[in-house]
Amino acid sequence: MSAEGFREELLSAGLLADGGLAGVYHRSFEFERVAVAVGAYVSRAGRGEASRRLYLGPVQARTTLEGSGYVTSFPNLVGVVSSFAGTESDVPAFLEELEAGVDWTDRLAPTDIALCSAGCHPIYPLVAGTTLPDAGERVEVQTWCFRHEPSPDPARMQTFRQHEFVYLGSADGAVDHRDRWLEQGRELLGALGLEVSAVVANDPFFGRTGRLLAANQRTKELKFELVAPISSATPGAISSANYHEDHFGDAFDIRTADGQAAHTACIGFGLERIALSLFLRHGLRDEAWPSEVRTRLALDVDEEVR
Amino acid sequence: MSAVDDKIREVLEAHGRLPVAASGLKEGDDLYQRGLSSHASVNVMLALEDAFDVEFPDSLLRRDTFRSVATIRGALESLGVVVAPG
Repeated sequence: MSAEGFREELLSAGLLADGGLAGVYHRSFEFERVAVAVGAYVSRAGRGEASRRLYLGPVQARTTLEGSGYVTSFPNLVGVVSSFAGTESDVPAFLEELEAGVDWTDRLAPTDIALCSAGCHPIYPLVAGTTLPDAGERVEVQTWCFRHEPSPDPARMQTFRQHEFVYLGSADGAVDHRDRWLEQGRELLGALGLEVSAVVANDPFFGRTGRLLAANQRTKELKFELVAPISSATPGAISSANYHEDHFGDAFDIRTADGQAAHTACIGFGLERIALSLFLRHGLRDEAWPSEVRTRLALDVDEEVR
Repeated sequence: MSAVDDKIREVLEAHGRLPVAASGLKEGDDLYQRGLSSHASVNVMLALEDAFDVEFPDSLLRRDTFRSVATIRGALESLGVVVAPG
């Protein structure tokens, strides 16, 4: 099955509706129920771990995009919200342009709101300029993310959710968090019947400088992905476990008790991608999935509630 | 010490964000162990290109290229930068 073929199946089964642009989809309630169940499933696995648990909206302060270094490393993926910034006297000309069908977006100006780049990024400003407790801090977060990378492959949606467990603290604590969750993630996703393997990976850093960053990331084995077939037989990342060293600690002035910049790590589970993997693996009707998988995801329980 | 080495150290001092003075680095010192971060190494790479008027090809955009003053000098030599004897 090709990614295009699977996309057609998802659309004709009504699990997704075409949002009219590459990589933009509306989710059916059936699709959504599985995606939400996956979030709840990984959340149960991390119960008791985080001192802070947050659901974030799809936007963040533009300063977070800048401070995190995301805009430097991935300028091609960012989204910044623009809005009409003129006065009433500008409106007639604006309307004229709209009617004439000429580009009216020139009339918009960027606001201080950006689309969320990654699950953990909005967490760092919350503790910026502070000293962390001795044991570090653990945060669970679910976030809508945006990546401007239009693609016909349903595995590459432009908006999607990440469910993350983030650690901030010592270097050893960060590496331990990443490694422990990588293993736990592999078990959790494997238990859903997915063919999961862990691979060393790199972020798609932009341009020539990005090639050096990617080479560094790989050589130092900072990023691992859990890969499985998502929309075709070719495996793609359904989860990633990352050690950021002191990048965010330094950028947001987050310190450990000894005064050093905090080291951070996170594991992110891609809810849409995991849902797609499950539909690819077990079929487009979740009612017909193996009962063990339905039980693990508590899909039957949810059915009764509905 | 060659003029090229001096210039490399100047770039490291200005862009490497090292906790130690670049003038005190031995040519074989591991810059990553001395605190050169991935992001700082990118700034060093760009500043070296400006300073020596070269462009590092993809094959040199590797972690090892920027590991020490000596490896940087070697990379620059391979790009035609003439290293005069010091």
